[in-house]
Amino acid sequence: MKLAPNLFTNPEMKATRAGFGEGMTALGEADENIVALCADLSGSLKLGDFISKWPDRFFQSGVAEQNMVNMAVGLALSGKIPFATSFGVFMPMRTLDQIRISVCYNNANVKLAASHTGISVGPDGATHQALEDIAVMRVLPKMKVIVPADANETKKATISAAKISGPVYLRFGRQNAPVYTTEDTPFEIGKINRLRDGKDVAIVACGVMVYESLLAAEELSKNGIEASVLNCHTIKPIDAETLIEVAKECGAVVTAEEHQKIGGMGSAVAEVLVESENVPMELIGIEDRFGESGESGELMEKYGLTSANIVKSVRKILKRK
Amino acid sequence: MNPHQFDIDTLTHTAKEIRGDILRMLEKAGSGHTAGPLGMADIFTALYFNILNHSPEDPLWEERDRVVLSNGHICPVLYSTLARAGYFDLEELKTLRAFGSRLQGHPNRLDLPGIETSAASLGQGLSISVGMALAARLDDEDHKIYALMSDGELQEGSSWEAANAASKWQLDNLIAIVDRNNIQIDGQTEDIFPIEPVRDKFEAFNWTVLEINGNDMAHILQVIESALEMKGQPVCIIAHTTPGKGVSFMEDKHEWHGIAPNRMELMEGLAELGLEEVAY
Ligand SMILES: Cc1ncc(C[n+]2csc(CCOP(=O)(O)OP(=O)(O)O)c2C)c(N)n1
Ligand SMILES: [Mg+2]
Repeated sequence: MKLAPNLFTNPEMKATRAGFGEGMTALGEADENIVALCADLSGSLKLGDFISKWPDRFFQSGVAEQNMVNMAVGLALSGKIPFATSFGVFMPMRTLDQIRISVCYNNANVKLAASHTGISVGPDGATHQALEDIAVMRVLPKMKVIVPADANETKKATISAAKISGPVYLRFGRQNAPVYTTEDTPFEIGKINRLRDGKDVAIVACGVMVYESLLAAEELSKNGIEASVLNCHTIKPIDAETLIEVAKECGAVVTAEEHQKIGGMGSAVAEVLVESENVPMELIGIEDRFGESGESGELMEKYGLTSANIVKSVRKILKRK
Repeated sequence: MNPHQFDIDTLTHTAKEIRGDILRMLEKAGSGHTAGPLGMADIFTALYFNILNHSPEDPLWEERDRVVLSNGHICPVLYSTLARAGYFDLEELKTLRAFGSRLQGHPNRLDLPGIETSAASLGQGLSISVGMALAARLDDEDHKIYALMSDGELQEGSSWEAANAASKWQLDNLIAIVDRNNIQIDGQTEDIFPIEPVRDKFEAFNWTVLEINGNDMAHILQVIESALEMKGQPVCIIAHTTPGKGVSFMEDKHEWHGIAPNRMELMEGLAELGLEEVAY
C-alpha cells in the first residue's frame, strides 16, 4: 500500500475538513451541477474557495438545518448534485427525519458532509462532539457512510461521493491530523484499504484512528506481534469480503473508532463476522457516554482513543485467540 | 425578591466587572465566544442583580424565576454572572473550557448550579421555556420564565414553533429576550439569512413586543419591569445590543463571534473598560 514515506517521522498535519474544501473546488471545476449549501458555518467547512469561485452555486442556508436538507432534496430532484454541510451534531443529528424520508426514501442524490465529529472537537464540549452519527446514518436504507482517514483521502472521498448516485454521508474532523495517504493510495467506496499485513491480529479502524492503529502495529511489531491494519473508510456498504478474509487469516479482530461503541463501525464489523467468521473481537470506542471540554489530545487519551490503548486491546485479545 | 437589589450605578459597575471576567476567561481558555457575551452583559446583570427572584444558596429553590439560556455559546456571560451572584467561586472562572472543569464550553446543567438547561444547539430554548411556563401554570406558581435567545436562532423553524405554542396557551408568565445584535458566524444576519421584520413576526404570532437598547441599564430595568405587569400574552423583548460592547475593536464585528482575545487584546480590552490589566 502506498503511504507517505514520512508517515512516522514528520507527516504534514491537516484537518480532514480541509480535504473536503479541496474536493469541493475540484468538483466545482469539473461539473456545474455541483452545488453547496451550508448553515452558517461556511468557514469551518472550508467552503471559502468554492463560494468565491461559484457564488451562484452556493446557498447560504442560515441557522436552519432542517430546511437546508430538504432544499438539498429539491435541488437533487431537479438534477443538481447538492452537498449540504454543517457540524455533525446539527446535521445529520438534528435533521434525521428529513434525511430518512426526504433524502433516503426518495433515494435523492444528496450528499451530506459533516465536520466537527468525534471527541477531538475539544473545548466546545459534549454538545459539539458528534459521537452517534455513524450509527444513526448507517441504519438508514440507501445511505452510504464514509469516514475518511486523512485530508487527502477526504478529497478523494468527496469527489467519489459525487460520482455515485444516491445519498452519501461524509464525516470529517476539526483537528489537524497526520496526512499520510498519497495521490497514489487507492480509494474506492466500499473497498477496505489494507495498509499493513500481519497474521496475528487484524486492526480495523476509520478516521483518525487509522493512524493510531498504524502506530500501534509498529509498536506491536517490536514485540514480535504482527498486525494487519485495515482502513475501513466506508462503513456502509461495508466490505464484508475483505473482513471475512482477514478474520480467517488473523483469527482475531480489534476495531477502533472515534464514535460510540454502540452502533458504530465496530458494530458493523461485528455484524458481518458474527454471521460468517466468528473470531474474538475487541471494540474500541466511546463507552456509552457524552464527551466533555478539554484539549483534543487530553480527551483522546482519557477516552482510550490512542495507539497505546489499541496495543492493550491486542494483547488482551491474543489471550482469547 | 432579588437578593442583591443593586441600584443603577452598582449594576453598571457590575456589568463592567463581568465584561472583564469574560475577556479574562476567554483569553485563558484560548477559545470561545466573545462578541455575544460582551453584548449581553448588561441584561444578565440587570436580571441577576435586580430583577430575578432567585436564591444562589439554594439554586433549585422551587419558586425561583427561570432563566433559560437558549444560545448556549454565550455562556461566558452566564458563568461570570452566576459566580458574581454567589452560585460558585469566582476562582472557578479560570477553568472555562479546561479538561475537568464544570465550566464546559457550552453549559451543562448536570455540572454547574444555576444552569436551568444544557444548551448549544440553537432554536431549542424557547420550546423548553414554553414547557416550564406550562408547568408553572399547572402548579399555580407565580415565577416567571425568561427565555434568552439570539437573533441567529430565529432562523431556526423550531423557534417559531415555540412562538406559536406560547401564544396558543397565552403564556403571560413567559418573557423572551432576543439579543438583536445583527451578527452570526458567517456575517451580518441580514446579509446571511434575513430575519426582519422581527417585531412584526412576533406580533403576527400574537406576542406583545417591546424593544430596548440592551446596553442601557436604566432602559433595560424599566422595560423588563413593565413586561412583568403585562397580562394575556407572552412578551418578546427585542434587545438591540452591540456585539463586543465595551471593547471598541470588537464592537459590531462578526469576526469576534467565536474567537477569544489573545494576551495583547485582553490587556487593551481591560484598559478600555478601565479595569485592572491583569490576566487570569
Ligand atoms: C442548531 C445549530 N446550528 C448551528 C450552530 C452553530 N452556531 C453556533 S453560534 C451560531 C451563530 C448564530 O447566531 P447568533 O446566535 O446570533 O450568534 P452571535 O450573535 O452570538 O454571534 C451558529 C450557527 C448551533 N449552535 N446550533
Ligand atoms: Mg446574533
